[in-house]
Amino acid sequence: MNASADVLRLSGIRKSYNVGTPVEAEILHGIDLRITRGEFTALIGPSGSGKSTLLNIIGLLEAPTSGEVDIAGHRVSHHDDDTLTRLRSQTLGFVFQFHHLLPAFSALENVLMPQIIAGHRVTAALQREALALLDAVGLGGAEHKKPAELSGGMQQRVAIARALSIRPALVLADEPTGNLDTKTAADIFTLLRAFNRDFGTSFLIVTHDPRLAATCDRRVTLADGQIVSDERTAPM
Amino acid sequence: MMRFELQIALRFLREGRAQSALIVGGVMVGVAVVVFISALVAGLQSNTIRRTLGAQAHIVAKPIEPMARVQIDAGDAGIARVQTAPRKVRSIDNWQQVMAAFEAVPGVVAASPMASGPAIALRGEGRNAVTLFGVDLARYDRIVDLRDKLTSGTLRLEPGDVLVGAELARDLGADVGERITLTDGTANSTGERFQIVGMIDPGNRDLSRRSVYLPLHVAQNFLGVPGGVTSIDLRVRDVFAADAVAARVARVAPLTVESWMLTNNQLLSALNAQSMATGMIRVFVSIVVMLGIASVLVVAVVQKTREIGILRAMGASRGQMLRVFLLQGGLVGLLGSVLGALLSAVLIFGFSHFVHGADGNPLFPITLTLPLLGYACITATLCGMLAAIAPARRAARLDPARAMRA
Ligand SMILES: Nc1ncnc2c1ncn2[C@@H]1O[C@H](COP(=O)(O)OP(=O)(O)O)[C@@H](O)[C@H]1O
Ligand SMILES: [Mg+2]
Repeated sequence: MNASADVLRLSGIRKSYNVGTPVEAEILHGIDLRITRGEFTALIGPSGSGKSTLLNIIGLLEAPTSGEVDIAGHRVSHHDDDTLTRLRSQTLGFVFQFHHLLPAFSALENVLMPQIIAGHRVTAALQREALALLDAVGLGGAEHKKPAELSGGMQQRVAIARALSIRPALVLADEPTGNLDTKTAADIFTLLRAFNRDFGTSFLIVTHDPRLAATCDRRVTLADGQIVSDERTAPM
Repeated sequence: MMRFELQIALRFLREGRAQSALIVGGVMVGVAVVVFISALVAGLQSNTIRRTLGAQAHIVAKPIEPMARVQIDAGDAGIARVQTAPRKVRSIDNWQQVMAAFEAVPGVVAASPMASGPAIALRGEGRNAVTLFGVDLARYDRIVDLRDKLTSGTLRLEPGDVLVGAELARDLGADVGERITLTDGTANSTGERFQIVGMIDPGNRDLSRRSVYLPLHVAQNFLGVPGGVTSIDLRVRDVFAADAVAARVARVAPLTVESWMLTNNQLLSALNAQSMATGMIRVFVSIVVMLGIASVLVVAVVQKTREIGILRAMGASRGQMLRVFLLQGGLVGLLGSVLGALLSAVLIFGFSHFVHGADGNPLFPITLTLPLLGYACITATLCGMLAAIAPARRAARLDPARAMRA
């Protein structure tokens, strides 16, 4: 298979915290994982099994203690922080459980923020695109509201629009529906699915909800820092 | 290209409104104090120097005192002259050539001959000890701006004319156009009569009480030094270089050369002490303001930890986060100093309009100069950025994953 079809490749990822201290603990014990373009994957497993840690390593927010990470064909070990930052801003989108919006900025500004960070001038075209994204997540007309004026589900929609604004190859979502009611959670999943279909974006979604996990193409189960199962839904 | 940094910095400052307002206020007060005190001291000093120098030449060259002469080379002709000429009034040899040589010394802008000595001024019952200043008015006016000090009458010195200190005229009860008698004080002297053509306020009470200006040759004859002068007065380009110019002048002729800086030694040390005190105030205010800015920003970094993590996750680099906080420090310094400059203008306006001396006039002019304001604003902005370095580095070093968990 062509290497560029893989948006993510992990090999032998280990992660220890408090290295060199009496409380040193290895959280991830050698993870191998490949995600191909357009895959819609659920990452499941009990609390404390290392899902968030793994997502942070994939998201280049944390460095593994050992092992290799390849993002969109780039081997990231030995890169300096600025290079990682650039790679992150060009290929990865994040959606977190607690939305993580910037409270001082409007919904529209939050969606535009990755572009502003990248030094792009906010042109009319860019603004139209961001508004279209907000529209697509069902927030047309709420673009000037601050996060505090939006419900939890709406905030998560803003975060999704923001993650997608840079057209990332891979979106990492850490319990995006964790604190939403069942109906809203299902709507959010439907939304992510729609983006996956329309843009061919790969998703890696941490979830505790088995029913939502069941809607994904693939389910990777993590337990005690190891992948214990990796099953795919048979294509219909 | 700093659009992102500026946008975030401004939004962060606006978000922490109370903190930002407090620290901007602190900078404002600090800058206002520094600018006001600096302007006040500058005004005070230039006023003091103007008053001191207004009445006296920057440099005076006189014959060497006989005492010094006796010690240096006893038996010299100088002693013979002292013995044969018992009068206190001594004149400079070849003064025309000496004065021409002085005028050629770099830094000297004007030179004027002077024949000066003691006399008694009489009018009716009035009797005052005075000092005669025999001058060439055209030349002397370039040393000391007499035109500026003329309080009444006209500035002219024909034979028979005198200009007198305003206080002296009052003591003698004489007015412009009236006559006074000058004698050398000896019993057999009948004295000469002169007409007061104008009154001078030298800006110094003592001088005003004893000054009598008359034409050079009249004074020469009166003092018994026909054709001679007792001193040569010089004006220099830079008043604070008077010492150095005086040293150059002293090498031209064997005379005692004294600059105003030597004769006003105490005044100068007072001015220096004042400048030092102002400098210390500046330094301490800067330190206090910087500590204030730094502490507010340290708190801001802690409060904004999550946001910093989010921004980093969305692709903001360490450098960008560093600049966001450096900019906040700079913006606080800039905004505070601009407001402080305005406040200082208000203070100075108040001082000039509402604080008066005993005579009801403003004490002295204070002006707010553009360089002073520019200096204050630039310094405050730089201080703000300097104070922000430590907090900004903390923000830049934050681990994004850990920051978002905060
Ligand atoms: N910064 C850290 N330092 C030390 N231990 C950590 C740190 N982050 C996570 N852990 C530990 O790693 C384990 C896995 O955490 P996490 O990846 O958040 O699990 P999950 O997301 O699956 O619930 C937990 O036991 C947690 O206490
Ligand atoms: Mg987790």
